[in-house]
Amino acid sequence: MSETVIKCESVYKIFGENAKKMLEESNGNVDAKTFQEKGCIVGVNNASFEVAKGEMLVVMGLSGSGKSTLLRCISRLTDATGGKIFIEGQDLLELNNKELIELRRSKMGMVFQSFALLPHKTVVENIAFPLQIKGTKTEDSINRAMEMVKLVGLDGRENYFPRELSGGQQQRVGIARSLAVEPDIWFLDEPFSALDPLIRKEMQDEFLRLQEKLQKTIMFITHDFDEALKLADRIAIMKDGIIEQLDTPANIVLNPATEYVRKFTEEVPREKVLVIEDVMDTTSNDNLGDLKVLKDEIIENVAEKILTQEKIVAVVDSENNIVGSIKPSKIIDTVFGGRKNGS
Amino acid sequence: MEYLKKYPKLFQWLFLLVVFFALCFAIDVPETYKFIRGQAEFVKDPNQSVYFFLGKEVRYYAFDVFWRLPPLLGWLPIWINDSLFFLMNEWMPMEFWNEDTQEFKTRPILLQISRNLTAFMTFLIELIREILLGGLETIVAFTSWDFIDAYPWLELPGLPWTIVAAGAAILSYKLSGKGLALFAGLTMIYISIFGQWKPSMQTLSFILVAAPLSFIFGLGLGIAAYKSKRVEKALYPILLVMQTMPQYAVLVPALVLFGVGDHAAVIITMVVAVPPMILLTILGLRAIPPEVIEAGRMSGCTNWQLMLKVLIPTARRDILIGVNQVIMVCFSMAVISAFIGAKGLGFNLLLALNQLNIGLALEAGLCISLIAILLDKMSLAWANKQTDYFGNLTFFQRNKNVIFFAASFVIGIILAYVGTFIFKGSFNYLFEIPHNKGISTADFWNKGVDWIFDTFFVYIKAFNTWLIQDVLQPMRALYLRMPAVATLVLAVGAGYLIGGIRSALVVAALTLFIALSPWWDRALVTLYMATFGVVISCLIGFTVGTLCFQNKKSAAFMLGVCDIFQTFPSFVYLIPVMMLFGITDTSVLIAVIVYATIPATRYTIEGLRSVPVGLHEAATMSGVNKLQRLTKIEFPLAFPHMMLGLNQTIVFALFMVIIGAFIGTEDLGQYILKALSDKNGAGIGLTLGICVAFIGLIFDNLIRTWVEKRKKHLGIA
Repeated sequence: MSETVIKCESVYKIFGENAKKMLEESNGNVDAKTFQEKGCIVGVNNASFEVAKGEMLVVMGLSGSGKSTLLRCISRLTDATGGKIFIEGQDLLELNNKELIELRRSKMGMVFQSFALLPHKTVVENIAFPLQIKGTKTEDSINRAMEMVKLVGLDGRENYFPRELSGGQQQRVGIARSLAVEPDIWFLDEPFSALDPLIRKEMQDEFLRLQEKLQKTIMFITHDFDEALKLADRIAIMKDGIIEQLDTPANIVLNPATEYVRKFTEEVPREKVLVIEDVMDTTSNDNLGDLKVLKDEIIENVAEKILTQEKIVAVVDSENNIVGSIKPSKIIDTVFGGRKNGS
Repeated sequence: MEYLKKYPKLFQWLFLLVVFFALCFAIDVPETYKFIRGQAEFVKDPNQSVYFFLGKEVRYYAFDVFWRLPPLLGWLPIWINDSLFFLMNEWMPMEFWNEDTQEFKTRPILLQISRNLTAFMTFLIELIREILLGGLETIVAFTSWDFIDAYPWLELPGLPWTIVAAGAAILSYKLSGKGLALFAGLTMIYISIFGQWKPSMQTLSFILVAAPLSFIFGLGLGIAAYKSKRVEKALYPILLVMQTMPQYAVLVPALVLFGVGDHAAVIITMVVAVPPMILLTILGLRAIPPEVIEAGRMSGCTNWQLMLKVLIPTARRDILIGVNQVIMVCFSMAVISAFIGAKGLGFNLLLALNQLNIGLALEAGLCISLIAILLDKMSLAWANKQTDYFGNLTFFQRNKNVIFFAASFVIGIILAYVGTFIFKGSFNYLFEIPHNKGISTADFWNKGVDWIFDTFFVYIKAFNTWLIQDVLQPMRALYLRMPAVATLVLAVGAGYLIGGIRSALVVAALTLFIALSPWWDRALVTLYMATFGVVISCLIGFTVGTLCFQNKKSAAFMLGVCDIFQTFPSFVYLIPVMMLFGITDTSVLIAVIVYATIPATRYTIEGLRSVPVGLHEAATMSGVNKLQRLTKIEFPLAFPHMMLGLNQTIVFALFMVIIGAFIGTEDLGQYILKALSDKNGAGIGLTLGICVAFIGLIFDNLIRTWVEKRKKHLGIA
C-alpha cells in the first residue's frame, strides 16, 4: 500500500455563530435538523477518509451536499469546525499562516468551477501568477508558464485575455495555472460543470491523459455521477454533509450502501462501468471453455463474445494465468438484473 | 369599496394628501409672519424670543408651533464656531520649535498640525508648479535665499510649453496609442495658443497633487471598510451626507482650519473626492467572485499579495470609475476653490463670471473639460496597459519614448532660445504665451450672446415676465405657505407608505433637523427651485433619452454629450443665462435645468439599455409594435433605474440651485455664500450644508427604498 497523502478524521464544518460550542455539546452526534433550528447550518458531518498517493478520489453529491465545503476544509480555505486533517502527516489545522502559505505554494493546486481567472491578466500571466507570487523571476516564470500553455494545448493564445476565450479554453488555463507550481496534491472543484457536454467529454479525456502522465494525488468534486464513474479510483458519495458511501466505482454500482446511492446507480449502464474482474467467480472451476478474457476488460467490449459461448469462460490476468471464471448468464444478470421493477 | 380593496396603496396616498391639505388650510398664516425671519444671528429686536442652550444665546421670532417650529437647533452653528475656535486657538497648547525665530513657541497642537499639513501640501504643489512654470520656492525650501543669491544659475525657468505638450503626447502614446497622443497634443496646443497656459498649469499642478492623494486615501479607506464591518458602519453615514452636501459648504470650515490658498483647496478637494472613491472601492471589492479570491489564496498569496495583485486588479472596473469620479470632483473643486484663493483656471472663470464675459468663461471652461478628459483617459489607459514578454526588441525600440522625449526636450529648449531672438522685446511665444496674448474667440461669443439679446429682447423679456409672474412667484408662495407640521406629516407619511416605519423615522429625523434649524423658510425656497428644475429636467431627460435610445448610434452620441456637459464647470452655465434673463430666479432655474438634465438623460438611456434582449424577442414574437413594446415592457422594467436617475437629478439640481446664489437667490445658498465672507461663518456654512444634504437625503432615502422594493418585485435586483 502506498503512503497516505490526505487523511481526515471526523471532520465537521458547521456554519453559524455558536457552531463550535454546539458541536462540543453534541458529542459528535450532529443532527442537521436540530442544528438548523438553532441557526446553524451543517456543511460537513463527520467525514473520515484517506487518500493515497497517486490516487484520484472523486467526491460526488448534489448541490448543497457539502462536497465543496469538504474540499475547502481540506485546502483550508475555510477552517473546519472540528476534527483533524493531515496533509502528508502534517496537521493542517495547526499550521500558522506562513506555513499554510508555504504549503499552498509548494504542494497544492486548485481548479475552480467558474475558472476564477484573473480578468486583468493574459493567459500566460494567469498561469505564471502562482510562480510570481512565490517570487520566481519574471523570465523563469514566463518560460515555465509557456510550457504549461503547451501542455494544455493553448499555444498561440498565450497573449489572449480570459474574456477572449471560450469556456473550455478558460478551464484549460485554470488547469495549467493549478499545475504551474508542480503541486503534489491537486484539488478540482467541479472543473467541467460549467462546460458544454461535448467539451466536457473532451476535457475529461484530456484530464485522464494528464493524470496518466503526472500521477498526482487528486480530490475531484462533481455532481455528475457518470463523470465520477469515468474518472475515479474511488468515489465518495455525499448527502447533507454525510459521506454515504466511499468505495470503488464497481462496488458502488454493485453494492450500493444506502437507498440514496442506489438511486444513482439504477440508471448506470453497468456494462460500460464494470470490468470482468468485478463480476467473475473466483472459486476454481474445471469446466472451462476455450475462450479466455482479460480480467481488466470492460464488460461491454467482451459481452458479445462471452454470450455466444455455451461453456463457462475463463478469466485471465495479463500474464495469462487463470484467475477466475464467468458464466454467460452472469453477464445477462449483471446488465439487466438486480434493478427495481418498472425503472 | 371594491376599488379600495383593489388599490389599497392608492387610497393610502390619497388619504395622506387629504390630511396634508386639510392641515395646510387649517393652519393660518400668522399676521406677524414675514419671509425674512430673524436668524440665529446677532440682530437684536425686542420682539424676538430668546433661549439659552449650553450657554449660547439664540434669538428668534416665535410663531405658532404648527406654522413654524422654533429654531431649537439655532445654537448648533454658534457652538460649532466656538468649538472650532477653541480647538484651533486654545486646545492643548504645546511647545514647538520655530525655525525662523530660533526659539520655542507655545502653540495649540491642532494649529501646529494644520500648519505642518499646509506646509507639506504647499510644498507638493509648488514642486510641480515650478517644474511647469518655473520658480524658486522649492529650492529655497531645501536651502536658503542666500544660497540662491550665491548661485544665480539655479534660477531655472519653467519648461517651455512645447516640451510639456510633446511630453503629454509621448506619454499618451506610450499608454494608449496614436489617438490619445493626438488628443493630448491638440489639447496642449489649444491651451497654449489661447493664452491659458499659466492658469492651466497652475490648475494642473493642483490636480496632480489632489487627485493622487484622494485616490490613495479613498482606496485605503475603502479597503479598510471592506475588511472591517465596524469601519464601514462608522464611515457610512459620513459618506452619505458627503454625497449630497453642496461642495462649497465645506469651504467655510476648511477656511478656518487651513486658511486661504491652494493648500486649503487640496485638503477640501480631498474631503469631497474621497467619499465617492471609498464607495466605489467597496462596491468593486464586494463584487469579486469568491472563487477568484480562493484562487488567489490557493496560489499562496499573502494578505498583501492578495490585496494588491488579486483583489484590487479584479475590482478595477469600479475602482476606475472611482478614479474618474475623483478627477471630475478635483476639477470642479479646482473652480470652486478659487473662492478661497486657489490660483488657476478657476480664478479666471470667477473673473469672467463677475465681468459677465461669456467668451472668456467658455475658453477657460473648455480648458478644464479638455484636461479633465485627457487625465481621465490617461489613467484609464494606464490601468489597462499590457506587458509584452515575448517581443524581441532592440535598444531603440525599447527606449524610443524616452529618446523621443529627450529629443523634443532639446528641440523645445532650442526653439525657446531661438524665440528670444525672434520675438525681441515682446513675448517669447515659443516659451510661454501669456494670458490675454493668445488667440481668443471671446469676442465672437460675447457678440453672439449680445446679438441674441438684442434680437430677441422683447420675447425674452415677455417670457421671463410671464414665467416669473405666473409660474414661479405663485409656486414659491405656495411652498412658503406650507405649515411646518403639514410638511412634516407629508414627508413622514410618504416615508411610511414607501418604506415602512424605518423609512418614516429616517425621513422624520432629517426633516426635523431642517425644521428646527433657523433656515426652514430658506429650505422651502431651495426646495421650490429644485422641484421646478427637477420636473422640467426629468421631462426633457426622459423624452430625449427615450428618443435617442431608439437608435444605437444616437444613444452613444448622447452619452458622449452627457460626459462633456458634466465635466464642463457648472459655473459657466450661469453666465449666458444671467446675460439673457438677468438676476432672476429664471436664470438660476435654466442653469439648473441644463445641468440636471444630464443625469436624467443618462439614466434613461442606461435603464432602457439594461432591459434584457430575451424580453425584446419575446415581445416581438407576441406581436407588439414599437410603442407597445416601449410602454408595456421597456418602461416598466427600466423604471427603477430611471428613478435612480431622478435621484441623481435631484442631487445635481440642488447643487446647481446652491451655486445659483452667485446670481442672487434667497435660499440656503445665499446664506452659504454669506458665510464664506463671514469670519464666524464656519458653523453657519456647515449647518447650511448639512441642511441641503438632508433635503437630498430625504429624497434619496425614499427613492432608493422604493427602487429596491420595485426591483425585488420585478426580480431584477
